Amino acid sequence: MKRTVFNNQLLPWLLLAPQLIITFVFFLWPAGQAVFQSFLRQDAFGIRTTFVGLANYRALLNSPEYMNSLKVTAIFATSVTALSIVTALLMALAVDRMIRSTRIYTTLLVWPYAVAPAVAGILWWFIFNPTVGILPYVLGGIGYDWNHVSSKTDAMILVVVASAWKQVSYNFLFFVAGLQSIPASLREAAAIDGAGPVRRFFDITFPLLSPTTFFLMVVNIVYAMFDTFAVIDASTRGGPAQGTNIMVYKVYFDGFIGQNMGSSAAQSVFLMLIVIILTIIQFRWVEKKVAY
Amino acid sequence: MVENRPGLNLLAHLVLILGVVAVALPVWIAFVASTHTATDFMSGTIPMWPGPHLVENYARMLDRGVSTSGTPPVANMMWNSLVMALCIALGKIAISVISAFAIVYFRFPFRMFAFWCIFITLMLPVEVRIVPTFKVVADLGMLNSFAGLSIPLIASATATFLFRQVFLTIPDELTEAARIDGAGPMKFFRDILIPLSRTNMAALFVILFIYGWNQYLWPLLITTDAKYYTIVAGIRRMADVVDGMPQWHLVMATAMLAMLPPVIVVIAMQKLFVKGLVETEK
Repeated sequence: MKRTVFNNQLLPWLLLAPQLIITFVFFLWPAGQAVFQSFLRQDAFGIRTTFVGLANYRALLNSPEYMNSLKVTAIFATSVTALSIVTALLMALAVDRMIRSTRIYTTLLVWPYAVAPAVAGILWWFIFNPTVGILPYVLGGIGYDWNHVSSKTDAMILVVVASAWKQVSYNFLFFVAGLQSIPASLREAAAIDGAGPVRRFFDITFPLLSPTTFFLMVVNIVYAMFDTFAVIDASTRGGPAQGTNIMVYKVYFDGFIGQNMGSSAAQSVFLMLIVIILTIIQFRWVEKKVAY
Repeated sequence: MVENRPGLNLLAHLVLILGVVAVALPVWIAFVASTHTATDFMSGTIPMWPGPHLVENYARMLDRGVSTSGTPPVANMMWNSLVMALCIALGKIAISVISAFAIVYFRFPFRMFAFWCIFITLMLPVEVRIVPTFKVVADLGMLNSFAGLSIPLIASATATFLFRQVFLTIPDELTEAARIDGAGPMKFFRDILIPLSRTNMAALFVILFIYGWNQYLWPLLITTDAKYYTIVAGIRRMADVVDGMPQWHLVMATAMLAMLPPVIVVIAMQKLFVKGLVETEK
């Protein structure tokens, strides 16, 4: 809170106008439309719309396809989060031991942040391509017949690896910062008391990193649920047989390709609820960090 | 480092080298693929070392593109991406810095209401309200235009909060001194606030430029005219061949060109990039 402020009444509204107009026209109005449409149903030709109450929601909750999408999203988000956090933590711990080579390793590890999710999808799709890709060739050598065009598991592994690959650099930077903020004296004291590196990690480093880890878990779940649309669209497109059809992809697919507006709108509302919950969790945690 | 354990140091180097290789592998393979011709992929095993067709493939893509898939030359798409990324980054910074100024330095009715309106945009990513937002943009006649590509994306709660934090740390004495010297709000804004938040703007610019350049779903939906295709959204159109195999060498050349500008920005401005990343998450 500022003690000294300017007394103008009109000026602040003029300054806020661009942001508020864009927010209203492109954010609040469409979100309201989504909520409104989720109570309507259009006939096959898009001519007549009727109010159907909660029917769209009920249809969704009874639809095996939507339940499948929920399950796929949960598996996908958990795998991406776990894989990218564990890898990043390992790298950050290793870099934390370095003295002179920290900078060069950091530079070599952070650049994937700048790669577009769509490009990451294309790259891994190429590497895993059953006919020309390098990994199916290697996997074939050890007796695994890779084919993400027909196997749901293979397709899921493909999108998880592509999404996690891009996210490791982000988590790495936050873990490095987190590790640097742990006082060296704590670890030194433990070392003098005879605790080895493994013991020190589990008893000191990891507990003190837990705020960073928790924050990264929330951010990674948000990333996996909403920002990976492009990874999926550039590689598996939700297939095979709905095997990688995560919720954001289904909203797009049902709305634009399936033209099922009511159902797509109801899915949008579910997704909004999820983002709201995740945002609240994130902000509550940030407040705690300030007090900490 | 707490104690000297050569074995552990070796292990740490090993982990990092493995990590660096794993991170670079896909890009290396894409690069190698982009230096060969289509026939080199026919043999079944893909090459591991660069071939002699680097200049040829890249020049062809930049200059002509793949006419069969209806995508324009890559140079055009890169230009469109650059314009879009700059509009988004500069637009977000401009409108956020003035809204933060209004919220921090003025007391007016419904101030908290305005604050919450901006806050709520955090909870409405474009993916979840994609159908109605597309409809709004179509109704406004903004399909196939740079305005349509950038304006709907430039509202930003994160940037507004960042500038709000920066302004809150600026001592009140500065404002008082400016007022005593007879400076009005806009003069104070221009001559004191803007210069004081210059590094924050630069750090934010790096993050937002990457964000803008990497946009995918939005450009894919609202551009149907090849003149406005952006490179990241264009790659998929190129890889999207109905019959037969995609032209891998050309698709990979495009992928390399699509990631080059943002990767250069991150590496060249690593300090600002890290600052921007950490700050926007506060």
